[in-house]
Amino acid sequence: MPKMNGGQIIIESLKKENVDVVFGYPGGAVINLYDALYSSDIKHYLGRHEQGVVHAADGYARSSGKVGVCIATSGPGGTNLVTGLANAHMDSVPIVAFTGQVPSSLIGKDAFQEADITGISLPITKHNFLVTDVKELAKTIKEAFFIARTGRPGPVLIDLAKDVTQAEMEFEYPDKVDLPGYNPTFEGHKLQINKAAKKINEAKKPLLYVGGGAVISGADKEVRELVDKAKIPITTTLMGLGIYPENKELALEMLGMHGTQYANLATTEADLLIAVGARFDDRVTGKLDEFASGADIIQIDIDPAEIGKNVSVDIPIVGDVKRVIKELLPYIEEKEMGEWQKYVIDLKKRYPLKYEDDGSETIKPQYIMEEIDKYTKGDATIVTEVGQHQMWAAQYHKYQKPRQFITSGGLGTMGYGLPAAVGAQVGQPDEKVVLIAGDGSIQMNIQELGTAAAYNIPIKVIIFNNNYLGMVRQWQEFFFEKRYASTKIPAPDFVKMADSYGIWGRSIDKKSDLDKALKEAMEHDGPAVLDIHIPQEENVYPMVPAGAGLKDMIEGEK
Amino acid sequence: MTHILSVSVLNKPGVLTRIAGLFSRRNFNIESLNVGRTENPEISRMTIVVNGDEKTLEQVQKQLHKLINVLKIKELDQTQIVERDLILIRVKCTRQQRSEIIQIADTFRAQIVDVAPDSLMIEATGTEDKLEALTELLRDFGIAEFVRTGIVALSRGQVIER
Ligand SMILES: Cc1ncc(C[n+]2csc(CCOP(=O)(O)OP(=O)(O)O)c2C)c(N)n1
Ligand SMILES: [Mg+2]
Repeated sequence: MPKMNGGQIIIESLKKENVDVVFGYPGGAVINLYDALYSSDIKHYLGRHEQGVVHAADGYARSSGKVGVCIATSGPGGTNLVTGLANAHMDSVPIVAFTGQVPSSLIGKDAFQEADITGISLPITKHNFLVTDVKELAKTIKEAFFIARTGRPGPVLIDLAKDVTQAEMEFEYPDKVDLPGYNPTFEGHKLQINKAAKKINEAKKPLLYVGGGAVISGADKEVRELVDKAKIPITTTLMGLGIYPENKELALEMLGMHGTQYANLATTEADLLIAVGARFDDRVTGKLDEFASGADIIQIDIDPAEIGKNVSVDIPIVGDVKRVIKELLPYIEEKEMGEWQKYVIDLKKRYPLKYEDDGSETIKPQYIMEEIDKYTKGDATIVTEVGQHQMWAAQYHKYQKPRQFITSGGLGTMGYGLPAAVGAQVGQPDEKVVLIAGDGSIQMNIQELGTAAAYNIPIKVIIFNNNYLGMVRQWQEFFFEKRYASTKIPAPDFVKMADSYGIWGRSIDKKSDLDKALKEAMEHDGPAVLDIHIPQEENVYPMVPAGAGLKDMIEGEK
Repeated sequence: MTHILSVSVLNKPGVLTRIAGLFSRRNFNIESLNVGRTENPEISRMTIVVNGDEKTLEQVQKQLHKLINVLKIKELDQTQIVERDLILIRVKCTRQQRSEIIQIADTFRAQIVDVAPDSLMIEATGTEDKLEALTELLRDFGIAEFVRTGIVALSRGQVIER
């Protein structure tokens, strides 16, 4: 067998893992790897900042369901990945991140561009490795991909001492991993499944509460069958949006702090809560002892540590959500719509999402979301930044299928959206990818417009421009007597900025211009930036104040 | 409530950091932590004494399990184990006090491992209670310094009931 250097071994290993796309940013410590990339078929997307690169890998992973791969150099390259790794870790996104490291002989000597990235990333990765011997390289990559994509997925970092990418040896890729301490449980416990079925069949007021785990597991078909067969109303978390079509009768859409009133009321009144791939986050539950306090709880999750972490569970089932529901379905009795179902459908009519529209030329953010929904006919991938616009995007767009809504849930990372949209579009070249951005958030990684321009990645960037860090301003309005400390943020001219990258841009502030501008942006052959001025002090409703119970919602206008 | 966990881990770089980091990050209290080699050179055993209610303990175990290099976790039944802690203690002592201290050490089956003109060093092993009792008795003489390993423990061999 011919010998190759470490850089080439990485490329060959990536091919074995069916990787055809990587996002990265070069530097001295990874120069051998880049040299190998140069003559390979793997498509490399050069970001404009390592944070952009890792978020792009994340967006790619979420939209395609594959492992996202990114590369950064040692020192500042690695530390720039930190937010992106933490973000992926919180939302269980499979990423393999390669970082360069100083040569093994210099490790620990404060060498130029040395940073202990395995130490730094330890609590924000599923696992990480430092490779100092080329003999360990292929095996480590195999393990990293296996860990990243199996069980509860997550980011895995491989730190590569520079000499490892230079050293030569024969390439041999192992067929199996040897990880005696890592054995995720996929199959649900039979007895528990039977118990759960019995409980579901007997429940008078059952409710499905479905999170990102169901999306990751690809359980949309199974969830749909369960809802339709047993007529169980379903609410989802921010991460679970799209697992069940939101225009259907039993869909209660999102629950939690900015969830629908009907979802929150149904949760409060249910007698059985079936949690599927969801982790009882504080933004979902509000005050814990009031959350579904009248309900028995069944929890299905692949991560045993999530069971019983925040609430006590009556019937826990550890396993892959898709498999468990598949096993469960035959035991579930077919039901007709009953009193409970009629009741929640009535709740939907009584407490719809609503906003004030005074018929003026003001462009309401909720209206923009409705228009986008209409324009795309629900057939688009919506990516968001973090803030009020994110919540409006979650509320007012009716999601039809999983992986259609890509957002930073657990970490709430401003600056995630733009690079993630780039990655999401690369992951699904034929999808329409629309980024809903805030004027504040988009400035956190705005340099990634350069990436979109360079590769002509046709993302549609819709900026909800309120000249405020709106979500924080809303809290200040409600809880700090409108003392708007440091939340007014004058926006730059986004159209000029787009133009400077050679990107189509337009700014509007009249409702009557929306239709045409939206159409132009959507139909433009390439990336587009549409800056829309919305009312500065619009609020997101309903809202459950932090720490209050779900039934104590602030309803909002009218 | 105190619990003793016996944790087998693969001897990979950073495994101790991972475990220690997990405890501080998740806000769990470690009372003592002991790492040592085992019969298998690739595996170390940690004996971790933690404080907390049943729910905390369950989370500790589940979170530990998520670490890729953790092989096995066992909560030891404190009525079915042999537990040992080791102490080295340097006691101030005058010539006159020496024999009295040696007597105390004998009672505890402890060894005198160093003798200096104005101090004695004692080595003792045993349960935590025993070592605490010893330390208490020696306190009257003045303790110059001491160090304890923390608990190591193993389950007893199985008793066959008939
Ligand atoms: C990196 C980061 N810093 C700070 C915050 C806190 N934060 C949450 S929302 C928000 C305001 C976002 O403003 P903008 O992007 O304009 O969105 P809007 O709420 O106005 O729609 C801030 C500052 C955060 N989530 N992420
Ligand atoms: Mg804003």
